[in-house]
Amino acid sequence: MSAIDDFRQETRAWLEANCPHSLRTPTPEGELVWGGSKIEFSSEDQRLWFERMRDKGWFCPDWPREYGGGGLSPAELAVLESELRRLKCRPPQINLGIWMLGPVLLEYGSEEQKRALLPPMARGEIRWCQGFSEPNAGSDLASLKTSARDEGDHFVVNGTKIWTSYGDKSDWMYALVRTDAKAPKHLGISLIVLDMRSPGISVSPIDLISGKSAFCQVFFDNVKVPKSQLIGPLNGGWTLGKSLLQHERKAMSKFGETSLPNHFHLMPLLERYLPEPRSAADQALRARALACAMDEHAYALTVQRMGEEARSRQDVSGLMAIMKLVHSEQDREKFEILLDALGYHALGWEGEAFTDEELAITRAWLNGFALTIAGGASEVQLNVIAKRVLGLPDAK
Amino acid sequence: MSLVYSEEQRLLADTAREFLAARSPVAAQRRLRDDKAPLGFDAALWREMVELGWSAIPFPEEQGGLDFGCQSLGAVFEQLGRNLSASPLLSSVVLGGSLLQLAGSSAQQAHWLPALIGGDKRLALAIDERGRHDPLATSLRAERSADGFRLSGDKLFVVDGLQADAYLVVARTAGQSGEESGLSLLLVEANTPGLTASPATLIDSRNCARLHFDGVVVPADALVGELDNGLAVLEQALDRGRVCLAAELLGAAQQLFETTLDYLKTRVQFDAPIGSFQALQHRAARLYVELALARSAVMGGLAALDDASLSATERGRLASLAKWKAGVAADKVSNEAVQLHGGIGVTDELDVGLFLKRIRVAQACLGDSDYHCQRYGALSDAQV
Repeated sequence: MSAIDDFRQETRAWLEANCPHSLRTPTPEGELVWGGSKIEFSSEDQRLWFERMRDKGWFCPDWPREYGGGGLSPAELAVLESELRRLKCRPPQINLGIWMLGPVLLEYGSEEQKRALLPPMARGEIRWCQGFSEPNAGSDLASLKTSARDEGDHFVVNGTKIWTSYGDKSDWMYALVRTDAKAPKHLGISLIVLDMRSPGISVSPIDLISGKSAFCQVFFDNVKVPKSQLIGPLNGGWTLGKSLLQHERKAMSKFGETSLPNHFHLMPLLERYLPEPRSAADQALRARALACAMDEHAYALTVQRMGEEARSRQDVSGLMAIMKLVHSEQDREKFEILLDALGYHALGWEGEAFTDEELAITRAWLNGFALTIAGGASEVQLNVIAKRVLGLPDAK
Repeated sequence: MSLVYSEEQRLLADTAREFLAARSPVAAQRRLRDDKAPLGFDAALWREMVELGWSAIPFPEEQGGLDFGCQSLGAVFEQLGRNLSASPLLSSVVLGGSLLQLAGSSAQQAHWLPALIGGDKRLALAIDERGRHDPLATSLRAERSADGFRLSGDKLFVVDGLQADAYLVVARTAGQSGEESGLSLLLVEANTPGLTASPATLIDSRNCARLHFDGVVVPADALVGELDNGLAVLEQALDRGRVCLAAELLGAAQQLFETTLDYLKTRVQFDAPIGSFQALQHRAARLYVELALARSAVMGGLAALDDASLSATERGRLASLAKWKAGVAADKVSNEAVQLHGGIGVTDELDVGLFLKRIRVAQACLGDSDYHCQRYGALSDAQV
């Protein structure tokens, strides 16, 4: 028996013994465990699973052991991931630092930075948030203006970041800041990390059309950031930022496999709200709904096909470029149909007159508007497809 | 169920691509049209396709086939679509051959399958009786007679129905139009007295016939499968045909999209390639998305045809998804292709129009998008 087979057997046995049975199910949205200083568990099993995986170094299984990782080879990592999938284990925690910043630190960070930042990250002690977008730098991220002024041994940061998820609950932030106002816009940006408790930082949550949200705006008023917290080269942050976003996409695709699929299934809901006999208007609505459900089916097959093509070493970059666009737009369409199907039932804001499900549909419809904007608006996705996938020329 | 072609299937597709590029490019299809070729396809070319083994792909080895699966047919149909190549592969092999393989008596199989696989004879499926595909609407009657059946009525838009050697006729032996039971399949030789075939030339210039049955008498052993209960096996064969057509539509749309993309990169107006304009870039990107989804749906449909673990309902659902999505995508791509080419897009000189016309006929054939959307819904309801 080969070493990798041994590893599979050991891993399987360890997971069988250590992953609590209650956590071998998809994670409901309210029960995600967010690592960090203010970590909360909704059950004792969650705490056990968190601590066991942490002590194994398996929050970041393929990071080197010296930085708190599990030291697994790529082959071993693949085995661990497949065994986790096999048992349907929930992720022990969600941590932007591990998914996004960690890999960038491993590639671009100094030895000192790796030793300081990675081990606590790997133990799930720090909750990280992201400071990229600004009120005047959305789709055109590179026009960001939050400045980090050179003051000898430290920077002084001024400006504001927006759409920072859980900015109010996070311990540290990684942020893109302008370190050279005169350089062409992509060439004057640096990546820094900063402690959210630093004097001069204030955070205010943002209410959306759908109500309370995780999004925050973060303000920087003469915030001192030691130079040792500059990641990678000065004015070299744009490359690192793009790399971070790539890790985000990768992480989201893995995370997608273990989280609950969207729980509003179109056709069963339609059957409930449009009972027989159907009027002509109901039938027209049903035709729209069927087309939407079929497109969702085609999307699900596309996810499956992309996985198969990647495993057979085909180039899937074209497919990757369409996934966010398709998924977010299909969701919008689905909720438009549900809104029509439920009529006033899907227009309730709160109170006893509506079921929880109806209220959730209303909020999900409203939240859908954010999904075709956040993480690259649909128009930006179309630009990317046109230019990078189809090779269409730039405008003069 | 795999959504990618296997190594062998990719090799098959490569062979088909090279063969068709050399022997049956779009220009050859245009010549067939200009020459008003009565058969609608090139008989010599069909002979070569047979020699390549394409007509043997879906059949088991004991029946003279290659046992290579329907997904392999998909790889071929995509290439046929890219070149707009006409052939009786769909009518005679996928539809006719499948019905005999699935429901034929051993005598019928022994008589017909070797001749179909060998390209010596051709079968055509006579099913539609009005403009839109709807098997249940069949009303052509086959009355029981002392020693067989007597058929009266008309069949419209019979694919490759001109000069076919025989027809598989979907007939009503009981019940009324719209009912699921009472449908039977009858094998009718083309030279049977009372049967006449006349051309119905469609925009794609292929072989399409109207059949008139004037008291056509066939013997009892002309029945293929069960009396009155022909629908299930008919749907199974139709699903093979639908998914193969979906693969053809995908290939045609993909080719047309690539041609259009090239045009966007090279056509200059306002001193710039028109593909640099964002309004057109986004339209091209949307088509790319549609094609990607259509490819997944087609691969799902092809895989389902070969997956014995699926129920007929689930297989039918995936077949309808494939035909629906490929049809929707191909419609969009062909409409946009004409518009994005501008003035030259509406000239006959350009191949764009040939693609548009073939896509519309293939879209209507064996059920258009509306049909398959409703069928998907009905089969989904049946699954619950």
